[in-house]
Amino acid sequence: MLFHGYGPLLWAGTLQTLGLAMLSLAAALVLGLAGAAAKLSPNRALAGLGACYTTLIRAVPDLVLMLLLFYGMQMVLNDATELLGVDQIEIDPFSAGVVTLGFIYGAYLTETFRGAFLAVPRGQLEAGQAFGMSAWRVFHRILFPQMMRFALPGIGNNWQVLVKATALVSIIGLSDVVKASQDAGRSSLDYFFFTLVAAAIYLAITTLSHVLLQRLEKRYSAGVRTLAS
Amino acid sequence: MIELIGTYWRAFLYSDGYGSSGLVITLWLLAVSLGLGFVLAVPLAVARASRRRWLSAPVSLYTYVFRGTPLYVQLLLFYTGIYSLQAVHDHVWLDRFFRDAMNCTLLAFVLNECAYATEIFTGAIKATPAGEIEAAQAYGMSRYTLYARIILPSALRRTLPAYSNEVILMLHATTLAFTATVPDIMKVTRDVNAATYASFQAYGIAALLYAAIAFTLIWGFRRLEARWLAHLAPRAH
Repeated sequence: MLFHGYGPLLWAGTLQTLGLAMLSLAAALVLGLAGAAAKLSPNRALAGLGACYTTLIRAVPDLVLMLLLFYGMQMVLNDATELLGVDQIEIDPFSAGVVTLGFIYGAYLTETFRGAFLAVPRGQLEAGQAFGMSAWRVFHRILFPQMMRFALPGIGNNWQVLVKATALVSIIGLSDVVKASQDAGRSSLDYFFFTLVAAAIYLAITTLSHVLLQRLEKRYSAGVRTLAS
Repeated sequence: MIELIGTYWRAFLYSDGYGSSGLVITLWLLAVSLGLGFVLAVPLAVARASRRRWLSAPVSLYTYVFRGTPLYVQLLLFYTGIYSLQAVHDHVWLDRFFRDAMNCTLLAFVLNECAYATEIFTGAIKATPAGEIEAAQAYGMSRYTLYARIILPSALRRTLPAYSNEVILMLHATTLAFTATVPDIMKVTRDVNAATYASFQAYGIAALLYAAIAFTLIWGFRRLEARWLAHLAPRAH
């Protein structure tokens, strides 16, 4: 048999990895939009908070933050549950992964969105207002669609890095594709083969993402002329 | 936190009593990965930017594979994967090399860093203005002189902003070394955490140490950019 009977284990791990990556991306997109809004806001306190967020996250390694949140949050929770006299709540690796990865890549996406918002010509927003559009309508008809075109390459890059960062969550015990490959390697004594399989799965995910992202970028760039090369 | 620092500052900075540990090891990992990665990446980038396909294709396959898979998986492959092969045990030199965790870790880090650096340098080499190259050719420069005097000095300067980002990411990546039992800052942190159960404080100290290294590096790169990219700065009126 091709995977010595470990096929289903590896498949379950792959699904776990993909689920983690997608949920983290969703969290990061929300945090990124909020962060960009904060950094661009005329309110000095909000802008300062946004600046702190992005600087801090980019200075501290993702693994340190993940372990800090995983172990640190657990202790805070334990204290809280003890104080309230209720049963202990265990943080599972999956939620810890989504929270940390979403928090970290939210900071990177904040920068992406900030740049993209600034790249939309102001005159177009003013034209929208002059037409009597409400602030919401200006946002979702003019600002957002154009901003997405500038933001897409950045979102794509972050997605690719995020997919690879999910491998770290196996360190805190998530049964993702890395953990599945190591378990299979331990029982079959063929670490080399199963680690290669894990690498191949990641390579397939990043390659597929690359193809899809290029299509998406083409779609959002409709109406932009490029020089034939 | 103060007590923790008082007891463990030596382990965090330079020695855990058995050998080097903490900051010293992290900086060593960073320096070797960046140094060897850079030295290998420059010729590889020249090959990757070449119009000859037999030169550029193998290099792009290498960067594609190493940039498309997580560093953690690469580390596992070099640390546990290769050493589980019988052929490696039977070979004296291979056995000696792969038995040492530090060697495996550095091999994985260097190959990974080199792949990212190669792509950054290739981009800059390809973006060299055609006029500069034509001018050099008009002066009768050989291909070697052309690269050594015109293309590389200008291309490597222009990579500084992207390369400094890569250096910070490499610093973040060194945190994986503890999974291969290398006693870097993370390994010390985990030992302290296991001994004291003061998770928040232990990882807090690690976060501060890494942030301090990152800010020092960023400051250094700002100064380098001010010096080497002065010709690209917006003109002051």
